[in-house]
Amino acid sequence: MAISDEKILEVKNLKQYFNAGTKNEVRAVDDITFDIYKGETFGLVGESGSGKSTTGRSIIRLYNPTAGEIDFEGTKVNEISSKKDLLQFRRDMQMIYQDPYASLNPKMKIRDIIAEGIDIHGLAASKKERNDRVIELLQLVGLNPDHASRYPHEFSGGQRQRIGIARALAVKPKFIVADEPISALDVSIQAQVVNLLMELQASQDLTFLFIAHDLSMVKYISDRIGVMNAGKLLELAPAEDVYNRPLHAYTESLLSAVPLPDPEYERNRKRTAYVPNISNNGDEKLREIVPGHFVYCSESDVAALRKKEASYHEKETSVKS
Amino acid sequence: MSNILEVKDLNITFDTYAGKVQAIRGVSFDLKKGETLAIVGESGSGKSVTTRSIMQLLSLNANIEEGQILFNGQDLVQTSEKDMQKIRGKKIAMIFQDPMTSLNPTMTIGKQIAEPLRLHQKLNKDKAHDRALELLELVGLPDAEKRMKQYPHQFSGGQRQRVVIAIALACNPDILIADEPTTALDVTIQAQILELMKELQEKINTSIIFITHDLGVVANVADRVAVMYAGKFVEVGSVDEVFYNPQHPYTWGLLASMPTLETSNSLYAIPGTPPDLLDPPKGDAFAPRNEFAMKIDTELEPPMFKVSETHYAATWLLHEDAPAIDPPAEIKARQKLYKEKYAALHSKGGNL
Repeated sequence: MAISDEKILEVKNLKQYFNAGTKNEVRAVDDITFDIYKGETFGLVGESGSGKSTTGRSIIRLYNPTAGEIDFEGTKVNEISSKKDLLQFRRDMQMIYQDPYASLNPKMKIRDIIAEGIDIHGLAASKKERNDRVIELLQLVGLNPDHASRYPHEFSGGQRQRIGIARALAVKPKFIVADEPISALDVSIQAQVVNLLMELQASQDLTFLFIAHDLSMVKYISDRIGVMNAGKLLELAPAEDVYNRPLHAYTESLLSAVPLPDPEYERNRKRTAYVPNISNNGDEKLREIVPGHFVYCSESDVAALRKKEASYHEKETSVKS
Repeated sequence: MSNILEVKDLNITFDTYAGKVQAIRGVSFDLKKGETLAIVGESGSGKSVTTRSIMQLLSLNANIEEGQILFNGQDLVQTSEKDMQKIRGKKIAMIFQDPMTSLNPTMTIGKQIAEPLRLHQKLNKDKAHDRALELLELVGLPDAEKRMKQYPHQFSGGQRQRVVIAIALACNPDILIADEPTTALDVTIQAQILELMKELQEKINTSIIFITHDLGVVANVADRVAVMYAGKFVEVGSVDEVFYNPQHPYTWGLLASMPTLETSNSLYAIPGTPPDLLDPPKGDAFAPRNEFAMKIDTELEPPMFKVSETHYAATWLLHEDAPAIDPPAEIKARQKLYKEKYAALHSKGGNL
């Protein structure tokens, strides 16, 4: 599915504090705003503790936000109150978890794990229909139909992650929050799962929020990327721009720390330390530097950041000529 | 450079209820003084078992069926537990993957660093304390004096890994085994830890065996690379040889399954899953997942073919009678990219 200009999700000034008001207050997510368009993959990257997982969990309403608003297809997620509407929301938005070992009930057969959502939402009229749907889903994620009557411990990490994906797809969701879905997997299996996710996105009309700390995979899978640090969204731009034309100093330092499988590159790679390039005037917010490329900065920084953006383009043309 | 460690034809099995798992099936390699050897491979390929056997830390159901592990000429397989305790932590030290569980939660950091010094170097309490303080400063923990009295839970993941490194380096070991030391850490912390390890290696000239499945990290730290698959080394070479001139189809697959900045179409994924080592397949264990497998691959295990003085790979494709093959587009694109780099390096007189 091509990316449309229709917003499927709008996050507005989201704040998620834990122990709010006490001396142990943790501002896990501190006033972030972004949109996700229908059909795109939005990558959210950052170090542990940056608030990326909390953001994902707030979006899928596992937490009640301290402040701010999350709109999914025009409905305010936190104000859904009727049981029927909440059930529909749970159907439309699904989650794929990081740990394929902890996210499957060891006492349930694969058939029942995958069909749990089908049962809850009453999507199958008969036992046969339920079973057929499970088999269809297993095949969709590249597993065998006879895997249905087995238990989770009989599967490898990559296979388990496929089961988790089949479970998420069982209720035909529109939006999937994938929280580090590949970080627990081996390199060769990661590629299999990433390819599967991308195929499914096209064939099942899905929109993804892809949370990860593996920056090279995020770039490959995402259309746009948001960089988070300490609860703030610091930079937001198309994947290419974040990687080739980073504007926030934090993004630059993060990128410079990523090792690539290329010895010559590694011998010459210099890590840049994070030296903040944003003033502290109290009016910082996400500002659009060039169309589509946002940086968390003060009004007084905009001119310098535009200049920096332009200098990347100068470098690129001089390389080409 | 002389060899500090020689592993010869190592075979290790594990007794399980289902039968004997053949975890290591004939591994031979050597480690030179001061070098870093990276061992890469998927989970279950035997990387950790290999290194644990060097430390003689295998679980009770493990059997070393065959082979020698020669450390400065002494066979560790035949060494008694009592003598092993004099080597472990003193001559050969280890850094584990998970800094959260490899420290004692009820002991202060200072005591834990001083422990090997008291045991192996017979330092008295004050001297051990002073040396522990030095080590903490060496691994870059600020405010070391105060930190000495703190407990592991008061440290972050990266700081704990620094402490673990300080303990491992306390007795200036000849060999440092690092089993996925940065896998649990963020990229920025990982970069700091890798820089620290390299810096310390230069200072005390220790040899490092580095286990990881992150090829980016391998490119960063390794002098030589060994690729493991199903309990065997399938390719060994210098870091440039393995990355820029890979020979084994499994190595191709590993390299191609990581996206480069140029990757835009779908990723190359090695099909299938690793074999069950309860009953390893006849012939080449990688054959069922290898699209270039020939008839001989299902019958006979390939020997190590020599590519250069330092570069060996176990694939029948290197046999003189093997047909010329046409690797998949993604791998060819990679090879082209790598070949250009290889050529560029040679023209610059690079140290290959």
